[in-house]
Amino acid sequence: MNDGTLTVEIWRGKDEGRFETYRVPHRESQTILDVVTWVQRNAEPALAYRFACRVGMCGSCAMTVNGKPRWTCRTHVSKVVSSGVVRIEPLRSLPRIKDLVADLTPFFEKWRTARGRFEPSATRADPMAPISPESPKRKAADAGIECINCAVCYSACDVVAWNPDYVGPAALNRAWTLVNDERDNDRAGLLRAVSEAGGCHACHTHGSCVEHCPVGLNPTEGIAGLKRMTLSALLKGALS
Amino acid sequence: MIEARLYLLQRGSAMVLGPLVIIHLGLILYAIQGGLSAAEILERTRGSIAWAVFYGAFVLAAAVHAPIGLRNLAREWLAWRGRSLDYATLGFGLILLVLGLRAVWAVVGVAP
Repeated sequence: MNDGTLTVEIWRGKDEGRFETYRVPHRESQTILDVVTWVQRNAEPALAYRFACRVGMCGSCAMTVNGKPRWTCRTHVSKVVSSGVVRIEPLRSLPRIKDLVADLTPFFEKWRTARGRFEPSATRADPMAPISPESPKRKAADAGIECINCAVCYSACDVVAWNPDYVGPAALNRAWTLVNDERDNDRAGLLRAVSEAGGCHACHTHGSCVEHCPVGLNPTEGIAGLKRMTLSALLKGALS
Repeated sequence: MIEARLYLLQRGSAMVLGPLVIIHLGLILYAIQGGLSAAEILERTRGSIAWAVFYGAFVLAAAVHAPIGLRNLAREWLAWRGRSLDYATLGFGLILLVLGLRAVWAVVGVAP
């Protein structure tokens, strides 16, 4: 890095492949996505990677950078570079498509497994439900709704890596926001869904999701809440 | 739902085991310091309903707690799934229960 360049190692290939090394000019306020884009435009036109908004909203550019999952558009090189070297590979625990592109299909399928969709209790003809933003349930839901679906938590989670059934922190965080949404019509169904094998009880509370979440959410807290809710439902006989 | 049940059983049995383990460890230290022989210990435990209840509860809680933890480990580390794992879990629990209760009987049972 002393000569104004970075040594960038980028994964090329699918499951079988190798790291290719590139020399990239180091610039001030440069992000990892800037680096990848420089390589694609100047050195390796066939390099495959995914991005869209470039401002930390769409959640599509997550990759593993020097061993940790990160949103690359908001990750400054200066914060993660180690001895002038940046190593970039696809997110772990997901199938690989090509180079830096991971297949997010299992990630979103697990959202469905955890019943991560809103079940309306009213039609569009009904008046709007009066929900106080100050109610404890709404506050609990609000704390988790800013998820950008980037799969960084999923990739950071060791339980996801060990247990292919585990739906992961993002899906359970989504379930937690829905179970606290008073307009949702199928609370019992949601609690049953997250009580299946691979649901909330599989979480070991390691907290990797909290540590790596780029938008500062706390999925572990939501998962602990789901554990409490499911146990309460179980004791009341409402889980069968 | 079985996962929620097992979770409840494992946490519940851990709450029972917590104080029992501390008393058990304290008891070992006490027995060693006092220099009690095996015969002297047996003299105190034989026919004792209190010790039978204490160690009976210990064995029961351990027989519930340990197999559920091992089931989780087997799933994560050995990728073992399905009915066979459930039966193995149940079998291991039964083995712990039988061996444990046999040991309790050996300590509290009155010699004929």
